[in-house]
Amino acid sequence: MAQHEVVEKNINLMAILIAVVISVAGLVEILPLIFQNQVSEPSEGIVPYPPLQLAGRDVYVREGCYGCHSQQVRPFISETERYGPYSVAGESVYDRPFQWGSKRTGPDLARVGGRYTDEWHRVHLLNPRDLVPESNMPGYPWLVRNTIEPGMVVRKMQKLQAIGDPYTDEQIQNAVAEVQGKTEMDALIAYLQGLGRTRTGR
Amino acid sequence: MNTGWSIFIIVVTIANILGCWWLLHWSSKHKADIADSDTTGHRWDGDLQELNKPLPRWWLILFNITIVFGLVYLVLYPGLGNFEGVYKWTQDKRYQSELQAAEAQREQVFAQFAEMDFDALVREPAALQTGQRIFANHCAMCHGSDARGAPGFPNLRDQDWLYGSDADALHTSIADGRQGVMPPFGSVLGEQGIWETVAYVQSLSGQNASPGLVEKGKAHYQALCIACHGPEGRGNQILGAPNLTDDIWLHGGSPDSIAAAISEGRTNRMPPHKELIGEQRVPLVAAYVASLSAADADHGQDEH
Repeated sequence: MAQHEVVEKNINLMAILIAVVISVAGLVEILPLIFQNQVSEPSEGIVPYPPLQLAGRDVYVREGCYGCHSQQVRPFISETERYGPYSVAGESVYDRPFQWGSKRTGPDLARVGGRYTDEWHRVHLLNPRDLVPESNMPGYPWLVRNTIEPGMVVRKMQKLQAIGDPYTDEQIQNAVAEVQGKTEMDALIAYLQGLGRTRTGR
Repeated sequence: MNTGWSIFIIVVTIANILGCWWLLHWSSKHKADIADSDTTGHRWDGDLQELNKPLPRWWLILFNITIVFGLVYLVLYPGLGNFEGVYKWTQDKRYQSELQAAEAQREQVFAQFAEMDFDALVREPAALQTGQRIFANHCAMCHGSDARGAPGFPNLRDQDWLYGSDADALHTSIADGRQGVMPPFGSVLGEQGIWETVAYVQSLSGQNASPGLVEKGKAHYQALCIACHGPEGRGNQILGAPNLTDDIWLHGGSPDSIAAAISEGRTNRMPPHKELIGEQRVPLVAAYVASLSAADADHGQDEH
């Protein structure tokens, strides 16, 4: 029997060898990274999302903004010229899940905070073509009709606190007052306006 | 990265490469023993058989080349734990060198414009072309790719300027931004008072309005609005108070829109762009914007 037949005719041995082969890259490239401070410690100035921004982040995730907008400025001159300083891992430690994305139908949003006015975002999210006639982004008119549920925000902050995000009890107590009566539009704009500001200094 | 993880990565990586080499060597042994008549024992459709042939030589050579490539790469570039590689390559160093090259190129491009004053820039096609590209990247989102604006975002092609169109005014608007504030008068005027004032404001730009309301509205105007919009309603560019007589409306000229502005006020902000685009680019954008309205003004005169 030729040597290769040992593997080819023994399904158990073959399965074990396949598992070993496909594990190698993960063991070397992913596993050690999980234990690096670089990816688990916040970079300077990064704090957990304030309540309204946290609620806005959920709207962002729910509406699938991620499908067309990345939040990851790569260290290339063409990107930093257009968007701002490149992204680092420590920026995303409070993002669960992170919104880096890999598809840019629209522009990257990692540095969009402070770039436009709140009013611009409001008009643009209702109907992007009112401001950018050539835009193919859909409008999100229901965001102004839905209000944020404060109880949900508080529960979410408590859970995040439980898994280690440094929210203070006081912040959680004040959350209700901060999001009471706000619409999803207000929350999403607050989230967008907060993006990347510690890195751009705006 | 601590030493433990570094060693783990080095060991697994090297073992993987050696493992590939061993597998290749092991499975291709004894090929001399395999006769052409050797088959895998599979048989389909009566007479189709699979010969048990050794791996082709060209394929083995390619595989060996990938192993050599991998080892050379790991020596030159970072890959083995904390070992930096002979080139000491990092993503950030690469970025910084790209940045330096781009800065040098930019200096060269902008040097030709640095000595030119505003009027010269407006007449310089190369400056306007550069300004147009900066505009498309940073200004078109609000002011439109044709610079004709949108409700709440000023049209830059008309002859109506909230803060003025000379070099200094444009420079300040772009570099430092503007904040236009119209205070709310709803509680002062009351429902009736608002509609009277709306009628007077409409009359200023020649729109139809009931004369009775206009007369009462004029009194409100002179009490509350005159300080910013002026006695004749021509506005004030120092404050950014719009001219109400030209029938150009930033937020729309319908009675409802005027009433909303009077009762709830308006806050409009142009964000500062000095940090975003850099001081160097501001004069070029200003020149481009000035060239737009100048071009449209000439065009307008031709038509008359």
